[in-house]
Amino acid sequence: MTDEPLLRVSALSKFYGSRIGCENVTFDLWPGEVLAVVGESGSGKTTLLNCLSTRLLPSSGTASYRMRDGQWRELYRMSEAERRFLMRTDWGFVHQNPADGLRMTVSAGANVGERLMAVGDRHYGKIRATAVDWLSRVEIDEDRIDDEPRAFSGGMRQRLQIARNLVTGPRLVFMDEPTGGLDVSVQARLLDLLRGLVTDLGLAAIVVTHDLAVARLLSQRMMVMKDGRVVESGLTDRVLDDPRAPYTQLLVSSILQV
Amino acid sequence: MTDIATYNFAYLDEQTKRMIRRAILKGIAIPGYQVPFASREMPMPYGWGTGGVQVTASIIGPDDVLKVIDQGADDTTNAVSIRAFFRKVANVAVTTDTATATIIQTRHRIPEHPLTAGQVLVFQVPIPEPLRFLEPRETETRKMHALEEYGLMHVKLYEDIARHGRIATTYAYPVKVEGRYVMDPSPTPKFDNPKMHRSPALQLFGAGREKRIYAVPPFTDVVSLDFEDHPFEVQAFDQPCALCGAGNVYLDEVILDDHGGHMFVCSDTDHCEKRRADSTSPSWGGRAEGAGGENGQSSLSSIPTPALRADPPHKGEGKEAE
Repeated sequence: MTDEPLLRVSALSKFYGSRIGCENVTFDLWPGEVLAVVGESGSGKTTLLNCLSTRLLPSSGTASYRMRDGQWRELYRMSEAERRFLMRTDWGFVHQNPADGLRMTVSAGANVGERLMAVGDRHYGKIRATAVDWLSRVEIDEDRIDDEPRAFSGGMRQRLQIARNLVTGPRLVFMDEPTGGLDVSVQARLLDLLRGLVTDLGLAAIVVTHDLAVARLLSQRMMVMKDGRVVESGLTDRVLDDPRAPYTQLLVSSILQV
Repeated sequence: MTDIATYNFAYLDEQTKRMIRRAILKGIAIPGYQVPFASREMPMPYGWGTGGVQVTASIIGPDDVLKVIDQGADDTTNAVSIRAFFRKVANVAVTTDTATATIIQTRHRIPEHPLTAGQVLVFQVPIPEPLRFLEPRETETRKMHALEEYGLMHVKLYEDIARHGRIATTYAYPVKVEGRYVMDPSPTPKFDNPKMHRSPALQLFGAGREKRIYAVPPFTDVVSLDFEDHPFEVQAFDQPCALCGAGNVYLDEVILDDHGGHMFVCSDTDHCEKRRADSTSPSWGGRAEGAGGENGQSSLSSIPTPALRADPPHKGEGKEAE
């Protein structure tokens, strides 16, 4: 860990016409840190994530990223080519619906290998070996490497999507409800896997979720959003065990006790 | 040819020709880049070469000699019709001879006879976008071209190797032009890809339905994409042409009867006829082969030839179906 953050976000706002997507969001993200963004649907979580990952351009505010060479770059001033290059090398984006993040009509191996080929890898044998390695790391059998993701279960697809994103060794991964739509046992395994990978690789991650349990398991720090604004932020344990904002208290007390 | 006056020269009006020439010039200036153009309705259906015909009509002059081939042949419907069309609307000389033609409009082949400086090869292109089947959004593929993001093209080749053990794409094999744009060479067999590389002739590509024109200027690098451990290679035929005995040419399979009899002959009819005319001892005669059960459903890239053709050509007359 260094004493410099990886990502600095300052007064980020996104408006859809007169409606607020997210407003005045400020935070720093350090290398190896997992930040959870929680809140109910419509609270601006996904807008924030899309702005940060440059899939959307914000209405105002800045976000700077420390590149691998230590240079600070302002995300919204970079050219589209640079942003897209960053997106497929140093960053990852895990979609809630794996079909959005995968190529459903090409094999699992090619899905994992695509990023390698995109950065200029031209050796089939090496690409395939890397794909095999990554499939095993996300617990997909090697003999499924030539199957299309269409033939995979939801959990497997999500694991494949994670492998596809991590193959270039990114430093920052955005996740949008990574466990949404999965049943609880599959969710548990996926979370376990994610936790292992994040720790092993020292990834920084921003995880958007409405599931407080996911946030508690994965993240060290958390931001609670409501109506596009951050109402509370702090260490995950602190926020969940001692919520201060009335909305956070409501959120925490709304968790179903089984 | 008396009714030429009823048409504008070469069918298209002058404004249209100017518009198409501008697109062609832009295409030549940016090799491999797909230039949009306002494709016109032509008196033929899409898919029959409306793009190629418009390009030809825009560049043809009264002194030009036109050759039209369809899958290498001068005598198929499409080739004959387009040739007749230009004879009628432009009153130009037409030929089947590759060497004397100044403009060669082609559907899916490059002539075997080497092209020379000053010749123009016009390709009819059905789908100009090499990334089409990998990324269906045109907005996205244009962006990928602009940003030179071609990793996806290799995904297709990867899939080929994963499924077939080798790059199984045999036609429309993607190429990189002058180290920049990835281009679909139209559905020519990949056998013809090396001919595009540093060709002295100007190569123009017209896609009428898709409204795109692109070009490869003379002496431009055209490199077929591949992997380091699976390098690009062209189809190899383990027998020569059954009519003219030419090796190292692209062959078509011709079915002779319904008992599995077939033979392989030059796809380039002009080349084949010339060779036969030049040869003092032409080996004519249908070389039927492959009897009974073995039928001719072999792919051209790997033709299984059961014990045939070990011998050189010119002596195969007697080898009817064994």
